[in-house]
Amino acid sequence: MPEEVTSLDPPAKLFNEEMLIQRIRNGEHDLFYELIRPYERRVYSAAFAILRNEADAEDVAQEAMLKAFKHIRQFRAEARFSTWLTQITINEARMWRRKEHANMMEPIVERQDEEGNYTPRDFADWREIPLETLERKEVRQKLAEALASLGEKYRETFVLRDMQHLSIEETAKALGISTASVKTRLLRARLMLRDLLAPGFGGSWSSKPFLAKGTKPW
Amino acid sequence: MVVSCEEVWREISNYLEGEVDASLRAAMDDHLRGCKHCTAVLEGTRNVVQVYGDERMFEVPLGFSHRLHRRLEENMPGSRRSFLGWMVAAAAAVLVAGSFEVARSSVFNRPELRSEHAQPGAGVPPDMLVIVSGDGKTFHAAGCPFIHDKTHIQTIQAREALRQGYTPCVRCMKKYLSA
Repeated sequence: MPEEVTSLDPPAKLFNEEMLIQRIRNGEHDLFYELIRPYERRVYSAAFAILRNEADAEDVAQEAMLKAFKHIRQFRAEARFSTWLTQITINEARMWRRKEHANMMEPIVERQDEEGNYTPRDFADWREIPLETLERKEVRQKLAEALASLGEKYRETFVLRDMQHLSIEETAKALGISTASVKTRLLRARLMLRDLLAPGFGGSWSSKPFLAKGTKPW
Repeated sequence: MVVSCEEVWREISNYLEGEVDASLRAAMDDHLRGCKHCTAVLEGTRNVVQVYGDERMFEVPLGFSHRLHRRLEENMPGSRRSFLGWMVAAAAAVLVAGSFEVARSSVFNRPELRSEHAQPGAGVPPDMLVIVSGDGKTFHAAGCPFIHDKTHIQTIQAREALRQGYTPCVRCMKKYLSA
């Protein structure tokens, strides 16, 4: 059975957020720190996934938080605060990229036809990547590199849905695309990542040091 | 209903999302039972979603939170820093108001100003130590280049200088004087 991805926050948390937002609007600005604390990592990771650079991601994360504070009155309760914050972050990161990195080259994967069917390249038996290997920096690094090699539209969609745990609808709204496009991009992103990572999973991630120097996992 | 490998790949993401209808799910399950390749693709894709969805995937840089809070603090009205600034301003206002009171209370027994061009020193903190010289008309902060007769200088409190009819130097005491 597939694992169900929960995209809803517990009601108590949402209620608490609503209260915090109301108090911040009424002038208790210091409560903003409390409101954003659970989302600091999320905002940074969204910015990093788009910009693929730590310093830029941090600047954009700060800008996004500041913008969220300044526009807190515009936040509408029908959306989740986390979704709204992610949306601001995505917009800030896109603007940043346009301004600062107009000449940045996009990966070749970007040029693939979105409508065409994607055929998996690797059919080897899958050796599961145990979650505990994420404690190892080199594993995280390899996963981040694989993600960074995806084209922008696939990367953004994957990050919002599978890393930020936004729903399909929220992802579509944040990116300004249809839910059908989200599903298509998500499928491709997941299959591409699997293909990129499959040869590196020969059991080495769970026991031996990750990779011998100079060898590629794929 | 029978599905091909291509159809399984096309729907594999929706399958993981639980977004395929019952008949398609049953057909896919049936296919997966007999197809090692598609099972490998499914398991790999499921694992990808699981691994990337773990919050440990992204590590924020060291000091990120501190720098973020500092940035917010600098731009936030009513933040702790602004609050501190407000407190300093309030304390200064109280001090100035206090010195007004002192000046007002001593105005009745204050002799005439030693210089008609001099300004009353109501804004000068009364406890502040200032410099006066015997034949001068104004009082100064230590080190002021406009102190007359540096051989006969005396250090006294501003309130005493005012009581004796000295007025603040318009240069070194400028910040305490009203426009």
